[in-house]
Amino acid sequence: MPTLLQTRGLRLAFGGVVAADGIDFDLQAGERLAVIGANGAGKTTFINMVTGYIKPSAGAIHFDGTDITAKHPRQIVQLGIGRSFQLPQLFLEHTVQQSVALAVAARTRRLSLFRSLAKCAPPADIHESLELVGLADRADDLCSSLPEGHRKLLDIVMALMLRPKLLIMDEPTSGVAADEKHGLMKTIMAALDQRGVTSIFVEHDADIVTQYATRVAAWISGRIAADGSPALVMNNDEVKSVVLGH
Amino acid sequence: MLLRTLPWFIAVLTLVLGLLFPWLKTPLIIALSYGLSALGVSILIRAGQVSFGHAGFTCLAGYAVVAASRTWPQLDALVLLLLGVATGLAAGGVAGLFMVRYRGIFFGMLNLAMSMVLFAVLGKFYNLTGGTDGLRMERPPVFGQILERAGFETWLLVVSSVLVVLTCWFLGRFYQSPVGQALTAIKTNEVRLEYLGISAKRVFYSGYVISAALCGFSGGMFALIQGLVTPELGYWVRSGEYVFIAVLGGTLHPVGAFLGALVFEFLKLFAAAALTGIWQLVIGVVLLVLIFVAPAGLVALLTKSGDRKSAPPPAEGRT
Repeated sequence: MPTLLQTRGLRLAFGGVVAADGIDFDLQAGERLAVIGANGAGKTTFINMVTGYIKPSAGAIHFDGTDITAKHPRQIVQLGIGRSFQLPQLFLEHTVQQSVALAVAARTRRLSLFRSLAKCAPPADIHESLELVGLADRADDLCSSLPEGHRKLLDIVMALMLRPKLLIMDEPTSGVAADEKHGLMKTIMAALDQRGVTSIFVEHDADIVTQYATRVAAWISGRIAADGSPALVMNNDEVKSVVLGH
Repeated sequence: MLLRTLPWFIAVLTLVLGLLFPWLKTPLIIALSYGLSALGVSILIRAGQVSFGHAGFTCLAGYAVVAASRTWPQLDALVLLLLGVATGLAAGGVAGLFMVRYRGIFFGMLNLAMSMVLFAVLGKFYNLTGGTDGLRMERPPVFGQILERAGFETWLLVVSSVLVVLTCWFLGRFYQSPVGQALTAIKTNEVRLEYLGISAKRVFYSGYVISAALCGFSGGMFALIQGLVTPELGYWVRSGEYVFIAVLGGTLHPVGAFLGALVFEFLKLFAAAALTGIWQLVIGVVLLVLIFVAPAGLVALLTKSGDRKSAPPPAEGRT
């Protein structure tokens, strides 16, 4: 399988805290990587560097054959990395339908000043995607009226509508009720599979990690302490004591 | 739908009122010209940004129109109006380059500062600008004909009525377009906008330039109806009035600005006649009442779409 994402020697320190300590990392197309680690281990920093939100002080990031180290988040999005957030980033005064339509218009670069959004983003396409994640009946609701689980889904769908090659999700199940977590992950993964999207997700729940990831990377103090199949990483002694707290 | 017919209603109403009561023509035209500027301001309010300096664009366009007419007296009134728009466009295009970097209080204050610099320059460069006395212009020809005052006012009234319908239609389209929708998304989430691959700055720039162009239109109308421009046209209090009108009328639909402007102008007119000296009190009380009764403005009050605001809170949300 081709390498989709590659980082070499990524370094970044916030004062004395080393958030990335020479990260060498490869992600193959088609993988579902779970990123685990304690708070402050550098998981979100890693995502922020890959999506261009912060720049590493040293090292290089390649995505799909392009050097994206110095690129702006917007350019990185256009190259094919979608992102969802720990706290869903939604347009609270727009409806679900409008939010998704904006994503479609952004992807197809139909940012007209005069043609209506509905014409720039075909409703059939949007409806299909909303159906896929079970948000179709909330299409006309304001985003501010959605419960947390739906907000998470919408945040992900908006990223998915960009047809990314890689989708990075920062804690997709945090803030979601325990009994809804598996349903949410199943929905997301089915949607990703259907579209053939490679994914990275940060997750704290060991259950979810073993069930939905094909590969796990454990972050400890700004470095990858263990990387491999879920069974291997979850049984690693260092991971067990530092990350999982066993 | 009510909102679609409202611009037509306002246009016809102003025409009928102006033709029935000729003394109403000037206040009506001034009201609609206020409406154009307020509409410019309300575009930015949709993006969650309040400018306290947009009267600067109105004023600059007014001066440009008067200066052009003084230099070339044969210039047609319609050409002068378009010159006003072009001035607004150009000034907005330049100012927008750095204004779009700022948000909130900084954006508001920076606009205010810029307009006050213009105000000071216009007041001090006496030889060029006529100082605080301003500049006068002769009545320009309309399609090659010199009209009497009454005829000229009627012509301007027709033009402004047509403009109400046209700008409402054009901006209605803009509000529904991807850029118009992205503009309102600046208010709620710029981060997401960027992560959709949409440049918030570029979107805001479009909005800013359109808003300045509308102020330019307004400045041109003002110059034509008054035959005089003074620095007062760009004073910050005037910018504040535009914000007041935009809030009063509501920003859900472009017609709100004209509705607000008409109410504002006539409130001022009658309050000034009935309660000379304390008419500001009336304006203040109206704004207070409005904020409590219809925070989304008269337009929301008319369409009852204010209920979108009171959508139920997330029932199952938890953290």
